[in-house]
Amino acid sequence: MPKRTDIKKIMLIGSGPIIIGQACEFDYSGTQACKALREEGYEVVLVNSNPATIMTDPEMAQATYVEPITWTVVEKIIAKERPDALLPTLGGQTGLNTAMDLYKHGVLEKYKVEMIGARADVIEKAEDRSKFKAAMEKIGLDLPRSGVAHSLAEGFEILEQVGLPCVLRPSFTMGGTGGGIAYNREEFNTKLAYGLELSPTKEVLIEESIIGWKEYELEVMRDRMDNVVIICSIENLDPMGVHTGDSITVAPAQTLSDKEYQRMRDAAKLIIREIGVETGGSNIQFAINPSNGRMIVIEMNPRVSRSSALASKATGFPIAKIAAKLAVGYTLNELRNDITRETPASFEPTIDYVVTKVPRFAFEKFPDADPVLTTQMKSVGETMAIGRTFKESLQKALRGLEVRRFGIGCDAQDRWNTPNFPNHDEITAKLASPNWERIWYIRYALLAGFTIPEIHSLTKIDPWFLEQIQQLVKIEQKLRSIGTLENATTEIFFEAKQNGFSDKQLASIWGDISEYAVRKRRKELGVEAVFKLVDTCAAEFEAYTPYYYSTYEHPAKRINENNEVELISESEIQSFRSDKRIIILGGGRIESGKGSNSIIAVYKLC
Amino acid sequence: MNHPAKLVLEDGTIFTGTAIGAAQETTGEVVFNTSMTGYQEILTDPSYKGQIVTMTYPLIGNYGITDEDEESNGPKVAGFIVRELTEIPSNFRSQLSLNDYLIKHRITGIQGIDTRALVRRLRSRGAMVGIISAIDLNDASLIRRARSIPKMEGQDLVKEVVPTGEYLWQRNGLPPLAKSMMPMGRKPTHHVVALDFGMKWNIPRCLTEAGCRVTVLPGIATAQDVLAHNPDGIFLSNGPGDPAAVGYAIQTIKQLLGKKPIFGICLGHQLLGLALGAKTFKLKFGHRGANTPVLNQRNGQVEITTQNHGFAVDPNSLPPRWKFLISI
Repeated sequence: MPKRTDIKKIMLIGSGPIIIGQACEFDYSGTQACKALREEGYEVVLVNSNPATIMTDPEMAQATYVEPITWTVVEKIIAKERPDALLPTLGGQTGLNTAMDLYKHGVLEKYKVEMIGARADVIEKAEDRSKFKAAMEKIGLDLPRSGVAHSLAEGFEILEQVGLPCVLRPSFTMGGTGGGIAYNREEFNTKLAYGLELSPTKEVLIEESIIGWKEYELEVMRDRMDNVVIICSIENLDPMGVHTGDSITVAPAQTLSDKEYQRMRDAAKLIIREIGVETGGSNIQFAINPSNGRMIVIEMNPRVSRSSALASKATGFPIAKIAAKLAVGYTLNELRNDITRETPASFEPTIDYVVTKVPRFAFEKFPDADPVLTTQMKSVGETMAIGRTFKESLQKALRGLEVRRFGIGCDAQDRWNTPNFPNHDEITAKLASPNWERIWYIRYALLAGFTIPEIHSLTKIDPWFLEQIQQLVKIEQKLRSIGTLENATTEIFFEAKQNGFSDKQLASIWGDISEYAVRKRRKELGVEAVFKLVDTCAAEFEAYTPYYYSTYEHPAKRINENNEVELISESEIQSFRSDKRIIILGGGRIESGKGSNSIIAVYKLC
Repeated sequence: MNHPAKLVLEDGTIFTGTAIGAAQETTGEVVFNTSMTGYQEILTDPSYKGQIVTMTYPLIGNYGITDEDEESNGPKVAGFIVRELTEIPSNFRSQLSLNDYLIKHRITGIQGIDTRALVRRLRSRGAMVGIISAIDLNDASLIRRARSIPKMEGQDLVKEVVPTGEYLWQRNGLPPLAKSMMPMGRKPTHHVVALDFGMKWNIPRCLTEAGCRVTVLPGIATAQDVLAHNPDGIFLSNGPGDPAAVGYAIQTIKQLLGKKPIFGICLGHQLLGLALGAKTFKLKFGHRGANTPVLNQRNGQVEITTQNHGFAVDPNSLPPRWKFLISI
């Protein structure tokens, strides 16, 4: 199906200033969309009040309005520009909400502006809790069990359905006063009675608690021929109870069997169709009970989301760009995958590496903020790392945070083997309530003799992840047992590097030596990084986009017909046409005081 | 699991890693699968008979092994290649670790090699035979023996995986955890005879779910055997090896043409093509994965499919009265 020719001018609403929970990921998606629409010959009218984004660069759209993103202001712009269509799904929640306000106030109808990507009723169905619940029930998907009690007797009846632990939320109390989790019958009785008393309407919502369940996300795309593909699955290391934006997350999902993954895929397809997102991307979150596999739908974002940027970079599939093209009428099988050039965009990406995202917090700059991680997002940025193993990618991602940690441990900040090593109580406390340092305390716990079941019962982190960290601890102990750099063999170096240990960590392990000395010795032994491609297809097809990650692999050799031995080089770096090259260093992850401004500078240089 | 092992391809390429599973020696055609999940289903898919399967996703074994996910009675691959095998799995359904499962079924494999480099080599040079050994680590000897491994072309491997006799499919109609789309208690409306050339169990499950009673006949059955059941339709299953080498099945299908509706997948589809007078050919390195979109040219819809084939029907060789409706 060709692109639409009945629309010429398309309005895009950006996400406005960077705030926690809505950072430059939406500038990324909005900018991608601007470029994609212009590439197709559409005129783009852009509204965004954020100066620190490429999106508001004068050359990005035909008309750019740096104005407050409220429906009243946008109405004036619509009156002046008279766009044919509004694409609301690429500017985060701000873009979506503003589009909904324009719809509700009749502005879109008045100026005959068509919403493309997702219509207003679709957005409402996904965003309104009760409508979403009804839609999920209609297609037979599970949600947390719940009920509203008006009396103690009614509350006990609901408890039979919901089970313990459960969450109690009295209606219409200030700031949710009187709510909380009941772990046993006694607590339930007290909290229910108290909640009923506090609620002016004598109503308490009793909901099944899914805290501690495994959390997953699927990035899904649909076109107007109703074709649906899954771009990426993401598993949260931190279980339910910590906001996804504050969780360490991993792509693809690690602990789902194929049967569970297919069930989730089927559910995602049912959801995007039932909610009715016509074209573009959606993000759907699921929780799974680790003890019996019960799957619950948590929510759906009918738009390009925070995770879309991560999923795009993790797979090489440009979600925002494709979403913009689908919105103007193309279908997935008509669009080419830019990386392979020969496969269509309907090919589901498959990856042959592990991607880990670690959030960056700035509690040091906000001493009054409560550092306990909850369902409200607190992180200000994130790093992503790619490795051939989870262990490698986790250590790389931690290193990227710039919090003076060079991996899971073995650096100047490491408290192991120091008088400062945390005692049993401190470790227990740090494991029991989610906080940004917890990942390092898992290692401390293992070093202090905690077992994996003990750590699991405190953190509810899946034992698979704990086992991976346990392996890192074992490798670390093996590296320590070598004693000195001189004793390190090629094999030892490979094992360390393949598991993500930096030269800096190795220098710390092997006594007071310099990082440079380690690096020099490693290179003498021939242990060097190779660069592999992110290609959307696990090497099944040739890739043309030079998007690399470094890793370490044992080189293979070949003995040819003449008995000559050749080493097989696995560097996938494509040769440059020119020998004049420039390296531009990026600014790394966003934190407060270092926002997207540096991204613009780098972008302009490129 | 620190026993060294080597993988040697017929072109003299040598990968050194560590042994997994039985840690013995095995030979076969080296292929790769790009699915990120489903290793147990892949191991037990009879279409992999005679093949050493490489998983492109690097971490394999994460969720363990369960009886429920078998696609036939035990693993059928000749060998298994992974970047990193997970020793301690985590999943509520897991009964056994992948390594223990491989040991139990005497499957030899290798881990710790650069699987992406291997896949790129297979992609550019085409399918190759190879040997995995944890016993013989001598390069010259391994290369010599790798070169003497028979190629896939001309091999009838169906005989090695057909069931011993006919039977009525009585396992359930759904894979574990799946939700039935059938109205409660619906009785089967159609009777299908499935000719089993190495059938994955999910096929009769799907047919049952679609409302069929399924009688399974070994792929060596005759047309008379099939017609004696008076089915509403005949299904030709997937299976291993070169379709052109399975002459008896092609003859059977020729005799069935025009008598009952016939449908097939993978090897079954290739056998049907051969029976209709088309030709099959060996693909450079095959298609094995779970992400291939297939366009239904009648309605423009795309379905994401699982693929596992090393041979294909040449569309240009199909006699003019037939046409393809679905293509990749």
